[in-house]
Amino acid sequence: MDHFTYTNDYISGILQSVKTIALVGASAKKVRPSYFVMKYLLDKGYRIIPINPGLAGQELLGQTVYASLSDVPEPIDMVDIFRNSEAAGSITDEALTLSPLPKVIWMQLSVRNDEAAQKAEAAGLQVVMDRCPKIEYGKLSGEWAWVGGSTGVISSKKQTLHQSGKMQSLGLAPKK
Amino acid sequence: MSEQDYGFDTLAIHAGAQPDPATGARSTPIYQTTAFVFDDTDHAADLFALRSFGNIYTRIMNPTQAVLESKVAALEGGTAALATASGHAAQLLVFHALLNPGDEFIATRQLYGGSINQFNHSFKSFGWNVVWADADEVATIAAAVTDKTKAIFVESIANPGGRVTDIAAISEIAKKAGIPLIVDNTLATPWLCKPFEHGANIIVHSLTKFIAGHGNSMGGIVVDGGNFDWGKDGKYPMLSEPNASYNGIKMYETFGNIAFAITCRVLGLRDLGPAISPTNAFNILTGMETLSLRMERHVSNAQKVAEWLEANDKVEYVNYAGLKSSPHYDLAQKYTPRGPGAVFTFGLKGGYEAGVKVVSGVNLLSHLANVGDTRSLIIHPASTTHSQLTPEQQTIAGAGPELVRLSIGIENVDDIIADLDQAIG
Ligand SMILES: Cc1ncc(COP(=O)(O)O)c(C=O)c1O
Repeated sequence: MDHFTYTNDYISGILQSVKTIALVGASAKKVRPSYFVMKYLLDKGYRIIPINPGLAGQELLGQTVYASLSDVPEPIDMVDIFRNSEAAGSITDEALTLSPLPKVIWMQLSVRNDEAAQKAEAAGLQVVMDRCPKIEYGKLSGEWAWVGGSTGVISSKKQTLHQSGKMQSLGLAPKK
Repeated sequence: MSEQDYGFDTLAIHAGAQPDPATGARSTPIYQTTAFVFDDTDHAADLFALRSFGNIYTRIMNPTQAVLESKVAALEGGTAALATASGHAAQLLVFHALLNPGDEFIATRQLYGGSINQFNHSFKSFGWNVVWADADEVATIAAAVTDKTKAIFVESIANPGGRVTDIAAISEIAKKAGIPLIVDNTLATPWLCKPFEHGANIIVHSLTKFIAGHGNSMGGIVVDGGNFDWGKDGKYPMLSEPNASYNGIKMYETFGNIAFAITCRVLGLRDLGPAISPTNAFNILTGMETLSLRMERHVSNAQKVAEWLEANDKVEYVNYAGLKSSPHYDLAQKYTPRGPGAVFTFGLKGGYEAGVKVVSGVNLLSHLANVGDTRSLIIHPASTTHSQLTPEQQTIAGAGPELVRLSIGIENVDDIIADLDQAIG
């Protein structure tokens, strides 16, 4: 896998197999992209654990913030890295010391660390780089088109309403 | 399979248009409503702060319009799009996002006359200063760049036709200057020309023309190439700086490779207001499904009509880039290999009177001021759109007394030729 392009199946497989996401680099500032992503993924039913040493012990969108991945007292399915590409290396190293291991290392838009990706894949994890889970969720569900975005999805199956029953909320189609 | 793997016609029909999740409606429904209810206050707050995707009010977005946007973005190979009330509205929103009062942009002289008016007059009153250059002499474009220049604007196939623009050469100039290249792809449509593949950063269309095809609805669109770094030097503050009307979010930081389309929507369309009606979006979508079939016929008919005119001894010249005699033939081979569109001009040896005689004598072609209809259209600019000018001024404007413009439709080509034959006399 060259990590420049991903198939829709690969991304939707990941987004449908994880529940608990540790968001490294979470921000309390409401205008930051990480805050947007956290709010959106919470609304889609994910459990989000914000990681930020400066905010440790506080609550963000109702979720307790931890200083580091190692401090989180429960299993993490996916680590979403909102830090720079260099920092993604040590964060991945830390993630690989967790037990149980997470299933996915996800690096945000513009974040790319091939060495970290290789290590994580060697340990059996799935890796996504330079992507945003909110955008990918939006594309696969169809919500992305509501802002004029090209979704990359062609299907004669009807779109799936989100299981929350909320208005204007689409979900991911069940796994094939 | 993802979108990249599907062919053009599949995208024209299916992109952005899955069956409706609530009803299963297969054709895209017309969401003829001005507003959308919120789930609760939290949902409303998320929508207004741009944290959630979703519809608020049809001045800003609408689900029928969204299908159109997603489809055109896919066909052009862009990241996102924003549909508007008309092609002119799309141009307004593009420059609103890029320019501050006192800024300049370069446009080529070979443009649709309405765009020349918009740039010369209305835009001047906003303090947006157009600097004209020559599409056939790209050095004049490079020479026009100053530190106030914020963009370059060209048409891929220039209205009134016959000319094809060297997009790649001009995109090199734009890259060097660190500014975006905007291409009006109206007369080509993405089936004939893909400007993003040649270095364009933003595409605009009048959807009113070939994309809709039927001549029954106005519409325009801005397509974001997702290939320009808006944050690099603070030249585009609406994209790179904190926005006061959205609690200080930065559009480029938040929306990345769709930031331009989002900025045009949530700052331009929201405040200036030229929204497309859901019904027009639906009508245009219906036309678009057959885009390639129609364009194939448009260009093959145009080629035959141009060749017939060139061989007619009452005709002085024919400006069609599909003719080997055209100075734009080589550019057409490169940028529009399937054919250089269906809008072009020709000149009659009989001058003004001969022009009047042709437009009065046609029975099948329609005498009107539009292009890109299924019907063949004809106009004699010197006696209509350019009649207030002197003959000398008309010639400078590329609309001399002898010149007739055609937009060749998809009727049987023999009938089009027979009608022109009897009208030319
Ligand atoms: C090349 C071109 N661009 C833009 C426009 C303006 O589009 P609209 O009439 O939809 O505003 C036209 C209309 O004739 C056109 O031919």
